[in-house]
Amino acid sequence: MEKLKDKKLVSASTEDDITSKNASRIEAKDVKVWYDDFQAIKGIDMVIKPNTVTAFIGPSGCGKSTFLRLFNRMNDYVEGFRMEGKIKIEGNNIYKKKVNVEELRKEIGMVFQKPNPFPKSIFENVAYGLKIQGIKDKKFINERVEKALRQADLWEEVKDNLKKSALALSGGQQQRLCIARTLAVQPSILLMDEPTSALDPISTAKIEELIHNLKEDYTIIIVTHNMQQASRISDYTAFFYLGELIEFDKTRKVFTNPEKKQTENYITGRFG
Amino acid sequence: MQKIKELVIEKSLLFSALITIAVTFGIISVLAIEAFRFFSEVSIFDFFTDTQWTPLFTDKHYGILPLLSGTLLTSFIAISVALPIGLSISIYLSEYAPKSFRKTVKPLLELLAAVPTVVYGFFALIVVTPFLQQFIPNLSGFNSLSAGIVMGIMIIPFVSSLSEDALHAVPKALKEASYGMGATKLQTAFKVVVPAASSGIIVSIILAISRAIGETMIVAIAAGQQPRLTLDPTVPVETITAFIVQVSLGDVQHGSIEYRTIFAAGITLFVFTFLLNTLSYRIRKKYQEKYE
Repeated sequence: MEKLKDKKLVSASTEDDITSKNASRIEAKDVKVWYDDFQAIKGIDMVIKPNTVTAFIGPSGCGKSTFLRLFNRMNDYVEGFRMEGKIKIEGNNIYKKKVNVEELRKEIGMVFQKPNPFPKSIFENVAYGLKIQGIKDKKFINERVEKALRQADLWEEVKDNLKKSALALSGGQQQRLCIARTLAVQPSILLMDEPTSALDPISTAKIEELIHNLKEDYTIIIVTHNMQQASRISDYTAFFYLGELIEFDKTRKVFTNPEKKQTENYITGRFG
Repeated sequence: MQKIKELVIEKSLLFSALITIAVTFGIISVLAIEAFRFFSEVSIFDFFTDTQWTPLFTDKHYGILPLLSGTLLTSFIAISVALPIGLSISIYLSEYAPKSFRKTVKPLLELLAAVPTVVYGFFALIVVTPFLQQFIPNLSGFNSLSAGIVMGIMIIPFVSSLSEDALHAVPKALKEASYGMGATKLQTAFKVVVPAASSGIIVSIILAISRAIGETMIVAIAAGQQPRLTLDPTVPVETITAFIVQVSLGDVQHGSIEYRTIFAAGITLFVFTFLLNTLSYRIRKKYQEKYE
């Protein structure tokens, strides 16, 4: 009973009272990560609410990217990776043995630091996720591709050139294409690993606007080195340092009145 | 003093470079001159249309087609063996095998190419042919099938090693993007990694074909020395290279027409491998541009 109440409390505290069924709640419990002998994450607990944008900030090597990649088990491919603790999505521990990692990743989309479109056409890039699921219905694929490109605010720019190579697009367009590619499979969570660090200010602004709009349907976690970006787009901010979660609170609170001295020092640019 | 030293080193490096070029040109010009003399006696038309190659008999025919068919047949069999095996190995090594396994197996595979080809030739003749004869009773003692299969084994590392390099050069970010969307390893390998590395894979195949066409000892020993215009892999054939060996070892008179057939056959071979190498160079250049 206690737990049920908790859940209700959490969803009631989000800005929209109606939780979109598309968004998911994420919970990390005492998570520790090692790469061979190096401990990258030193026991982190965190609850991320649905339909929010959470920013992970902290100096390089603080573990924020590692932590982000735990949510879609992207660290599984790193040699020497070892993990303890639990990560629950909608109450299910995703590190249980029975979990189908491929199914999990369809629910949890990821956008990477550098735009990484496949060397295929724009259309094929966005359709990729559907095609690997074995979907063959052309009409369905066409609709999904268009919808995803519209969501990523790229449709108007590419609608006449869908057969063109994705590599011919500009960096900013490529990154929006990668976002569209992820959205096409309709995940409920979006993980973004410094999605704008390789982009110019105009492209960055477009992607930030996009993140703001996507919040209605998705739970978004974004790793960023850009403090202004974190304060502009996120509802919650988590500050990581040396593998520990130093502070995690509403973004406004973290940026205006941080609880810990380390957080304040980092945000004001005294180190990092 | 320092300057003179630099100059001497520079010039001697230039000299070594020039020697290689000079030797290449020398070989090509000898080939061309002797082939030209050959074609002043035999018409090019006959050379490419006559279906018999009997320059050492009294009834002389100078049709390159039987030698060409022998060469292409053995090379085709070799590629049919090397391509599926080599590609499977390269995909396994680059996408599935643990790093340590890859590091040990790759050099071991490359050893296959280091075995003297004369050993392969005897292996084909003494082991593979008798083995195949158990299943194919009318298989001749000399045949293109076993020579082709063994040649295929020899060129596996050409395909697997170069393809593996190409697969390995595919940016990790592309694989992560694919995994991130819920693709399995197999889907990622065949839908993303192989297409992205396709030009490198094609280059490896072309180089392997080029190697197979130029291969001499295996076919000279195991495929027989009977020029025959056929696509039947069970009978003896002769390749261009095997013919050159045959004539070089026999005692034909220097400067005679029989002697010049070597150069006519040689230049045909040269044109083939030259075209293949140029093609692979072009593809490789294009592919390098793509990744930079």
